[in-house]
Amino acid sequence: MSTSTAPRTQRQLPPSPPPKRRHRSTLRYGGNRLRRAGIVALFLAPSLIPLTLFTLVPMVSSLWVALHDWNLITPMEFVGLANFRELLTDGDTWAAFGHTLGYIAGYLPLVYLLGLAAALALNTALRGRNVFRAAYFLPVVTSWVVVALLWRWLLSPANGLVNHVLGLVGIDGPGWWTDPAWAMPSVILASAWKDLGFVMIILLAGLQAIPGELYDAARVDGTSAWQRFRHVTLPLLSPSTFFVVVISLINGFQVFDQVYVMTGGGPAGATEVVVQQIYDLTFRYGRAGDASALSWLLFAVVLVVTIVQVRGQRRWVTYA
Amino acid sequence: MRRAALYAGVTVGALVMLFPFTWTVITSLTPGAGLGTPDLIPDEPGLDAYRTLLDAMPFWRILANSLWIAVASTLLQLVTSAMAAYAFARLDFPGRNALFLVYLATLMVPMQVLVVPLFIEMRELNLVDTYAALLAPSIASAFGVFLLRQAVAQVPIELDEAATIDGAGHLRIFVSVVWPLMRPALATFAVLAFMSSWNSFLWPLVVIRSPELMTLPLGLSTLHGQFTTEWDVVMAGSVISIVPIAVLYLAAQKYVIQGVARSGLK
Repeated sequence: MSTSTAPRTQRQLPPSPPPKRRHRSTLRYGGNRLRRAGIVALFLAPSLIPLTLFTLVPMVSSLWVALHDWNLITPMEFVGLANFRELLTDGDTWAAFGHTLGYIAGYLPLVYLLGLAAALALNTALRGRNVFRAAYFLPVVTSWVVVALLWRWLLSPANGLVNHVLGLVGIDGPGWWTDPAWAMPSVILASAWKDLGFVMIILLAGLQAIPGELYDAARVDGTSAWQRFRHVTLPLLSPSTFFVVVISLINGFQVFDQVYVMTGGGPAGATEVVVQQIYDLTFRYGRAGDASALSWLLFAVVLVVTIVQVRGQRRWVTYA
Repeated sequence: MRRAALYAGVTVGALVMLFPFTWTVITSLTPGAGLGTPDLIPDEPGLDAYRTLLDAMPFWRILANSLWIAVASTLLQLVTSAMAAYAFARLDFPGRNALFLVYLATLMVPMQVLVVPLFIEMRELNLVDTYAALLAPSIASAFGVFLLRQAVAQVPIELDEAATIDGAGHLRIFVSVVWPLMRPALATFAVLAFMSSWNSFLWPLVVIRSPELMTLPLGLSTLHGQFTTEWDVVMAGSVISIVPIAVLYLAAQKYVIQGVARSGLK
């Protein structure tokens, strides 16, 4: 790159002072290929070596493990694609994907609508906007374990604040995470509370990019506030919405921390999501082969869902 | 009228977002919380929970672990990613695009896929339950390379050329021309890397056993295992975990929000 551009720049410069420490650049431009390879290696090795050791090698060996029966102790036994076949015919796998989809079905609409409401409210000339924005965003930077413990406590059927307050107004609160029917809604509630600020920030950036003249023009045409929202805001916000949906789906399929802490997959397996299943298969049941196979199934599902969305975005995403 | 409703709405929202944090503090100051619902203002507030916590677990050590691991992995990722970003943006070498695709591919594979083989690898290397194992997967970041490559590309190449004429080699150009000019991008990435290390849970959960090597999320989760119903103790641990990240967030708010809006990562 610099070999071809250097003469051009040199021509633009006054010819006078000879470059200092000429010997250095001679080495670089002298066609010393070994030295140039050395420079490339110097810049790449610090990231390439750890990425190879701790990402690429595990990636490949994960596929290898997925083709074996292995309890992490006795020697591996090659079984080909049997693990995948087993998983696909195992009710637990389908249940885990079902729970994960149930989580997404509750979480995504909830977090999107709340995030949108917050973004719309904070996109107005509100005094103290930055303070509100900071408040809504605080849970996003808090670790999942903290949030999950906090909500486990808030939603505790015995002495939790939520049921206490419900009791004050005469409502007998449910058992939340102790009740199979309410455990997943508890996880969804905590997750939406934590991620709302994230969705808000993305949508707020999208809202601020919509030119004000469009609203002025729509107002001149005598439109109602709802019509302007429906026909100006929503279409022009669709790229941000698309982004939120893609990211939330990826994160949703990989949900784990909050489930592990709030319910551990229980009660009675009601919140046993896919990653919890991967963890349990490996570290509780010693089925590393099945766990690896399941992790690749999950990866494949996420990949397909993401590709379908990217392909389908033409139908509903408007790029101004 | 509508404005009043708007203010009321956002204020109620802010309360819903902030009150749980206040509740954490209240609970931690109420001895015996968990036996009943704590009062908003504790009758006899006390620090018993903090004492119990520090007796049960080396919590200061755990806090220090979280801090130094987050700082170390952030610094490592900044340097390794920026250097690779420089190579991809400024150096010409055969296979450059193919190699960049390999970096991108590693971005798509989630931790869940890696966790089993990575654990086995650590076991082979005899590194299970060591700081090295904790740090290993976060020495480099493909995401950082991706993010910073854009930043390097935005540095005007004329500056490199001028430095070349002055006799500077690539290392000099990287250190004294490119690095200073990509500071905003580095700050954004640093904040994201720090948060991701600070909050990381699955990998420490898998690879760490000893309390004195734990990071905060793992320590807290273990604490809850010991003090299932003693919520004052668990919330005391939560308070200690929240304070540093909340302070960092308020100090670096601009970069945090920019980083999230730009990258979509948390």
